[in-house]
Amino acid sequence: MMSRDSRIAFAPNWPTRIGWLALAVYVVYAGSQLGFSADRFSTGLEHGHRFLARMFPPNFSRWELIASGIAESIQIAIIATFFGILLSLPVGLLAARNLMPAWVSWPTRAFIALCRSFHPIIVAILFVKAIGFGALAGVMALIVASIGFISKLFAEAIEEISLKQVEAVRATGAGFLSTLIMGVQPQVLPRFIGFATYQLDSNLRNSTMVGIVGGGGIGASLFTAYQRFDFDVVLAILIIIVSLIMIAEIVSGWARRVFQ
Amino acid sequence: MNQPAKLATATAQPVGADQGSLVIHRLRKEYRAGHPVLREVTIDFPSAGVIAIIGPSGTGKSTLIRCINGLVRPTAGEILFRGQDLAKLTGGALRQARRRIGMVFQEYNLVERLTVMENILCGRLGYVPVWRAWLRKFPQRDIDRAFDLLDSVGLPGFAAQRADALSGGQRQRVGIARAIMQEPDILLADEPTSSLDPKTSVEIMEILQRVAQDSGIPVIVNIHNVELARRFASRIIGMTGGEVVYNGPPDGLTDADLKKIYGGENWME
Repeated sequence: MMSRDSRIAFAPNWPTRIGWLALAVYVVYAGSQLGFSADRFSTGLEHGHRFLARMFPPNFSRWELIASGIAESIQIAIIATFFGILLSLPVGLLAARNLMPAWVSWPTRAFIALCRSFHPIIVAILFVKAIGFGALAGVMALIVASIGFISKLFAEAIEEISLKQVEAVRATGAGFLSTLIMGVQPQVLPRFIGFATYQLDSNLRNSTMVGIVGGGGIGASLFTAYQRFDFDVVLAILIIIVSLIMIAEIVSGWARRVFQ
Repeated sequence: MNQPAKLATATAQPVGADQGSLVIHRLRKEYRAGHPVLREVTIDFPSAGVIAIIGPSGTGKSTLIRCINGLVRPTAGEILFRGQDLAKLTGGALRQARRRIGMVFQEYNLVERLTVMENILCGRLGYVPVWRAWLRKFPQRDIDRAFDLLDSVGLPGFAAQRADALSGGQRQRVGIARAIMQEPDILLADEPTSSLDPKTSVEIMEILQRVAQDSGIPVIVNIHNVELARRFASRIIGMTGGEVVYNGPPDGLTDADLKKIYGGENWME
């Protein structure tokens, strides 16, 4: 008979312990490979201090340039969101496995995966090289990013609907499109609105970035200011971007409530 | 209340027994090969009145009803109605046929986020073009009829309510109105009272009975409650194990028949 003390309530899980240990060892190793050290850290702090000091006070004297850049970024974001969502609607529907046969949904899913496999910046570089500098390249890049993100969410929303409601509409003799309009769309609309406002938010942020690689918008001015060490201008632009995102947040929250 | 007249489908006219009756011949359905849910079901339905199908759960009652409007495709057999074999229809022809087959569901299956009016007008989707559904520009005649139906199922003033704000009994009334909106030649009801309390169940059965009388169409009702079946049906069909074991008038249904349908007898006391 086993003694009372030899019973084990929580058996040691050696695979987990080894896993955590291995992760810790790798983090230390990778850090040393990349040349992290206490010295490097303290020089970094010094740099940071000087950098921050040169940022203040923010310099809004070039507000005309900033304003036109921001305006272009907003245009890029809104156009890209509009067409991105317009294209995502059919793509998302084709990818929904509960309404589409497998031979339609799987190729569509592969296409969506392709759209989302690259960061928007990489796609933007491709488009800048392919169709030249300017806002069009930025718009195209963000449309691709929107399709990759939104159609996947659309497809998932469609896959979660109640098929009983759809079946009842189908049983009245409604055609496919009528069934979509009356049976599917009402069930997914509020979520679609949520995703769309989220994507607008995301595109606004990304639209400030595509300019860095020549895709138009405020990113170009931001990048120039960095390169010319005009850090006070950089801070001014950053403040504008932050306020833009906050305004977008408020507007999208309001839109979601309206379409509840 | 002047309800009865209004529940008639707009095209209701006396039909000859042959024309309006539904004949199911050697119907077979297997979801998995070799495991028939329905085996060689043959039923001659009367051309009007409430027809109750009773039987234990899992005996193929729902499958039978769903074969009639093509929500389930039969494996073999014929479903003859108004000169057509419904079992053979596909695509556009099936949709055409479905327009004239109303269906009422156990869980109502209303589109929850649509209003009562929109749900009832869903019954016209087989008739109106897509753009009208999209813009909610239904013909005025349909809208007037929807309002009349709403009154006659006892929900006046509910048109603008959203379906998810209704109680079970109210939802089922809307479900029936949606089916009648189709101007059906036949109405199918799959356990229409199983999710409702006893009093509401009776009210729903009364409405279905009125539809059968006023429109002169067959109303086929799957039902678990034998008492309700006896009370409202003019014909009872008993099924067990995917086969019909009773087909006759309610007063002909004996305890022996019930024993054959449900098995055992202790439950009857």
